[in-house]
Amino acid sequence: MAQARTTEVRTIRFRLNGEAVAAHVGTHENLVEVLQAHFGLGGARESCGQGLCGCCTVVVNGRAVSGCLYLAAFADGAEVTTVEHAAPGQDLDAVQEAFVESAAFQCGFCTPGFVLMTRQLLDAHPDPDEGEIRHYLSGNLCRCAAYPEIIEAVKLAAKKRKMQPRKREAG
Amino acid sequence: MKRAGTATETPQVGRAIPRLESWQKVTGRAEYVHNLRLPGMLHGKIFRSTVPHGRIKRIDTAAAAAVGGVYRVVTGEDIRAIVPDPYYGPAFHDQPILALDKVRYVGEPVAVVLASDPHVAEEAAHLIVAEYEELPAVYDEIEAMTSPAIVHDELRPAGTFPDLKHLQGRKGTNVALDYHLRRGDAAQALAAADHVFEHTFRTQQVMHTPLEPLVSVAESREDSLTIHTASQSPSFVRIELARLLGWPENRIRVRAPFLGGGFGAKLYIKLEALVAVLALLTRRPVKVSLTMEEQFFTITKHATTFRIKSGVTKDGRIIARECEVWWNGGAYADIGPRVTQKSGFTAPGPYDIEHVAIDSYALYTNLPPAGALRGFGIPQLVWAYESHTDLVARALGLDPLAFRRKNLLRDGRPQATGTVLQDAALGEVLDCIEALMDWARPFDRGAGPVRRGRGIAIGFKACVAPTTSVAMVTLNADGSCIVYSGTVDMGQGSDTAMAQIAGEVLRLPAEAITVVHSDTDATPYDMATLGSRSLFHMGNAVKLAAEDARAKLRALAVEAGLPPAADVPIGDIFRKRYGMQAGNVIGTATFIPSYTPPDYATGLTPNATPFWMVGGTGVEVEVDTETGHVRVARLVNVSDAGTPINPKIVATQISGAAIMQLGFTLFEKMEFDAGQLRNASFAEYKIPGLHDLPREMVTEAVAAAQRNGPFGAKGVGETGTFGVSPAIANAIEDAVGVRLTSLPLNAESVYRALASARGEPLADD
Repeated sequence: MAQARTTEVRTIRFRLNGEAVAAHVGTHENLVEVLQAHFGLGGARESCGQGLCGCCTVVVNGRAVSGCLYLAAFADGAEVTTVEHAAPGQDLDAVQEAFVESAAFQCGFCTPGFVLMTRQLLDAHPDPDEGEIRHYLSGNLCRCAAYPEIIEAVKLAAKKRKMQPRKREAG
Repeated sequence: MKRAGTATETPQVGRAIPRLESWQKVTGRAEYVHNLRLPGMLHGKIFRSTVPHGRIKRIDTAAAAAVGGVYRVVTGEDIRAIVPDPYYGPAFHDQPILALDKVRYVGEPVAVVLASDPHVAEEAAHLIVAEYEELPAVYDEIEAMTSPAIVHDELRPAGTFPDLKHLQGRKGTNVALDYHLRRGDAAQALAAADHVFEHTFRTQQVMHTPLEPLVSVAESREDSLTIHTASQSPSFVRIELARLLGWPENRIRVRAPFLGGGFGAKLYIKLEALVAVLALLTRRPVKVSLTMEEQFFTITKHATTFRIKSGVTKDGRIIARECEVWWNGGAYADIGPRVTQKSGFTAPGPYDIEHVAIDSYALYTNLPPAGALRGFGIPQLVWAYESHTDLVARALGLDPLAFRRKNLLRDGRPQATGTVLQDAALGEVLDCIEALMDWARPFDRGAGPVRRGRGIAIGFKACVAPTTSVAMVTLNADGSCIVYSGTVDMGQGSDTAMAQIAGEVLRLPAEAITVVHSDTDATPYDMATLGSRSLFHMGNAVKLAAEDARAKLRALAVEAGLPPAADVPIGDIFRKRYGMQAGNVIGTATFIPSYTPPDYATGLTPNATPFWMVGGTGVEVEVDTETGHVRVARLVNVSDAGTPINPKIVATQISGAAIMQLGFTLFEKMEFDAGQLRNASFAEYKIPGLHDLPREMVTEAVAAAQRNGPFGAKGVGETGTFGVSPAIANAIEDAVGVRLTSLPLNAESVYRALASARGEPLADD
């Protein structure tokens, strides 16, 4: 019987949304698969499989990465944050509220990626102009093309953040 | 927070409320089949044909089956054990669940490897070897009319549609349907016309690319099946699986949670028959989840060729029009024959033309199948007739807007089929475009290497008919309300719209209503979520069901000894009647509009559709004459949505559709080389991103009312696509004087046209 090359397993330990976790993962498995299979987190989704659409966005050690191209084994020892992470006492954060109020999504499949990238954008540029928004989010695709509303949502989120400074996230 | 049964005086129709499922979507918790995992589930990976047309000589699965972790390998012949005649499809029973005897396009599913680990299944699928005896292939829709290469040995109409029955058993042809319309005498009128113009336009094959790729999961029990599927048509899936298996419908449950986009890709039956059979063969849950690449080999949008010829009087009246349209349906008909007929009859455009002849042909070729994509063929038609309209106006020295207005169909006038136009705000949409484009203002076309131009276009569509929707609206004993609707929410906001409609009838806030959607064990029949039909058909059904519930509640109040007109809280009525918080009121309704099928010989009918949709576009472009690059500076889209149920959702539908069509207009194209697709990935097939957005977008829904629609509303998911392509081509000619007749309008095609126009054609031109 031929052995599939895709069966080596190792144990990784990392912090997931502020909590210490461990998992036995195949060395071929990407971060999105592990988040779904081991932790029931479905917010990061593999779509194009090439890191070109942003649906699989996950934050690793403070930086947004394409989870479909990120081997889960490399998350060993890392700080991983997904869209499911909510700061204590917060239901929706300013970015999520702004996406809801601006109708900045239709089918919602790409939305977690946009939310995470918008948070990162506003962390780096609290008051982005439209050109900066288009540039920063150009790696996230939305086939429903809610782009005009997404731009509005980012502007609204910037305003909301200024009005109510973000609570420190746990972690 | 949902609150039970608190009555409201606020009208629910017309509120721009956020989608009901907003929280789930921004927190990543919305349910998609994509995320579904069941205990003991196997993943199926598909081995696909590498030749465009061939007889299967041998499929060697031994090496794949021997891979550790592989549960089983399944081929078409294995499927016959469960389904003796495993061919499916909405118009023709022409598509095998896995290839049998022949393959008909590169990428056709031939075998499936099942394993608990999808990576193991994928690796093993690479070890399958198939040998084919290659057959001559045909790719072009015009060549397919006469080619000796025949894709299907014999035509097999599904029997669902009466106008396909005559094709039963026909051999030696690639024509899956021909539709003809004759009104007046077009040939004679053309001979008598002052001017005659004839042009041919082409569109390219493109793909929907929903970001949630097609995915289905099946689980079998003793004598039943549950299919969890990203489908726009759960009722159809159930009926078709019941037919294939020879089962009654009630042994098959089909449920569709939220869809990560659909756009027509997830219609009728796609992976469902495959997962159903695999679950029955293995008695384990089976999931088949396509990659983005595989989607391109599953369903696409028809490439077309459209020859259009018009006779026009000296003073600019169109008196005759001939339309010949060839639809490249690929290897399996899917719903292509419906597109050919249901869209074909609007091919002359929204103009009042006395003499019309239409010939519309659905062709089989050896390419991936084509079906419905946001507009059901209408964008291909509008592309041609609105490019042609502009060319005629220019040739006659007439203002393109004034020429359109002079010939525009008006309410009360017969369309080509003879059906009299009603509640189609064509004039209002054109007026609105004129105002938003400030059309009378002198326009600066520029002088340097970058030239500016502007263009307009207007199109219309008849909603597919006749189709049925059934809805149920229940009231609980605390006064809270649940709507049961088979409409699939794939991003168009249907759950929210249905809640607003029920809330309007029952005077409940839409946010307090729960919508149960698309589960054939719970929700009643619905034809499908397609063609902008749902708000009209399901909306009417929900409205009627809510009215039924209201009437039954009043009857309950009378039974309870309460005065019928009294303003008693709903919960009090139940408590009074049943002595405690108990009982239900169940309202039901079925909606099917009236319809008269077209006469087979003439294509004419007095009642072609329950409603018309209108969409128009105005654009301003900048063309770089040194590179051929086109930039859309301003994109104006105007639709007739009747009276919007939710104005915000309407606006996002119009602009989203327009941006999607912008991709099909400017760059998207499936590139083939002898039947081999060369760009089946986002690395090589680009869809619009934020950088492709026009500098300025204006979206407008004109004030209008669809009198037979729920609270004056009608569908709007597609209208934003209609005018975009021809408006841009018209604007390019306005800017730089060259006319492009094939999509996409990319930099290369513009640059080639510019080079040809100055007498320096490039190689291959």
